[in-house]
Amino acid sequence: MIEKLLQYTLTGFSAGSLYALVALGIVLIYRSTRVLNFAHGDIATLATFVSFSLLSHKYSFPVAFVVSLLVGAAVGIAFYFGVLVRAQRAGANLLGMVILTLGLALVIEGVVVWHWGAEPVSLPFPISDTKTYRVGPVVVSQLSIATMAAGLLGSLLLYLLVQKTRLGLAMRATSENVMAAQTLGIPTRMVLSVSWGVASALGVVAGIFLAPALLLDPFFMLDPFLKGFAAAVLGGLNSLPGAVVGALILGVAESLTGAYLSIQFKNTLAFLIIIVVLLLRPEGLLGKQFKERV
Amino acid sequence: MSETLLRVASIETLYFDRIYALFGVSLEIHEGEIFTVLGPNGAGKTTLLRTIAGLLKDQPKKGEIVFGGRRIDGWQPEAVARLGIVYVPEDRGLFKELTVAENLKLGLWGRHDEGVKGDLAFVYGMFPILSERARQQAETLSGGEQQMLALGRAMLRRPRLLMLDEPSLGLAPRIARTVYDALATIAQRGTTILLVEQNARLALGVARRGAILEAGRVVLEGTARELADDENVREVYLGIGVAEASTKGWRLYRKRRRW
Repeated sequence: MIEKLLQYTLTGFSAGSLYALVALGIVLIYRSTRVLNFAHGDIATLATFVSFSLLSHKYSFPVAFVVSLLVGAAVGIAFYFGVLVRAQRAGANLLGMVILTLGLALVIEGVVVWHWGAEPVSLPFPISDTKTYRVGPVVVSQLSIATMAAGLLGSLLLYLLVQKTRLGLAMRATSENVMAAQTLGIPTRMVLSVSWGVASALGVVAGIFLAPALLLDPFFMLDPFLKGFAAAVLGGLNSLPGAVVGALILGVAESLTGAYLSIQFKNTLAFLIIIVVLLLRPEGLLGKQFKERV
Repeated sequence: MSETLLRVASIETLYFDRIYALFGVSLEIHEGEIFTVLGPNGAGKTTLLRTIAGLLKDQPKKGEIVFGGRRIDGWQPEAVARLGIVYVPEDRGLFKELTVAENLKLGLWGRHDEGVKGDLAFVYGMFPILSERARQQAETLSGGEQQMLALGRAMLRRPRLLMLDEPSLGLAPRIARTVYDALATIAQRGTTILLVEQNARLALGVARRGAILEAGRVVLEGTARELADDENVREVYLGIGVAEASTKGWRLYRKRRRW
């Protein structure tokens, strides 16, 4: 009985740590530019397919992994400079910019379908999900250990970047008050582009660790993206710790729902959570309401 | 006569491309002085500072802004800031979620010189309260402390021109006094200050020269002494009754100003 609970909680943590990576990316961009990035999942899809191609061409996994991260970050940065900054200069409002991210999502989907086809493929991943270890009462697969490690490491590195470095300080300052940061001579565009790059790279990590459990097709990140989004709303869209907490809660809740209620209901839960949170506590668990910016 | 640091020549700034905020304002600010711009609400004082700082996109529409011999109108705010023009806005522009120490650290952005330690010591010496509150979030500071933090942070940038928007706003008179004493200290170190105020008494107390801005135009310019002695300024800004009361004890109409 208790074994089942522990087992499903652990599975939930493993899924939750990937949602956390997705949610952190969404929150990072939302906090700094107030834009909800609907292309977040698709950037990860593209980069994961790049990984797939490299691995098929016999490149080693670390090489493929690093190149994918760079590709993801580059797409994010290029989109920020090439599209968003221009749109801002032309006087686009926030809604317009959110719609631009939707446009980017569709463009990337098109590119992926065009280049890799819509047939599902499987990513040759060096870590197995069938090799398992028994830890006390529960069984844990190699993949889920690696997944949790990736989630933890990604969150930790982001924490160190944002809280402990000068660049992170500039990121926090810029996301709070762009005008004041500008008048201090902080290169705000550069700082914001770093946010876009780092956020996209986090999404790519999630994509690569998700791929072995699923099949790789042009839309495989849609579901994880929506889960990450739900997690971000749950934790508070402007709070980085909130994103992690929200993602872990969502992951565990989902897994337990699947175990004890109905597996069909599992995917609906995320959206139920969004609705309930927005009704009861719109700023999320750890979020703070933005003060009106005059 | 000392050298001109900032020359603003007949600039026109518009909001939404049709609402005039500044109608050809011209000013010259000399090296090392405190220059004050006085005026009522809506006169365009803040707009003037924001235009100089480059914060209003595509503004000024006409005229030129010359700083240290270089034309800077139309520059990006970051580029203007790098020249050493530091703007402290009315809301003080602090990062409220960051600590006092972090706010000061951001003031040191881009500085790698030897003087950093000395400047920090100068700021903490001028406002000892800031070192007591170093680990506190800026949000938790009182209005006066926030103004001190804003001033301190601005000083860390070694400004060649410090632009302050109503530093006395919302402060108790005694705190405002402290802030103004600090301004005098800063000016003695050779920093040029462009000071926008509504509180004419305080501003004219420290300034060397100044101008009155009304409805987007400079209506009077001169030394602080001349301004303080001007009949209209005395009546309207300093509230010193000049016009003799009517026999019935009230005035029937507003006295006509000469500008």
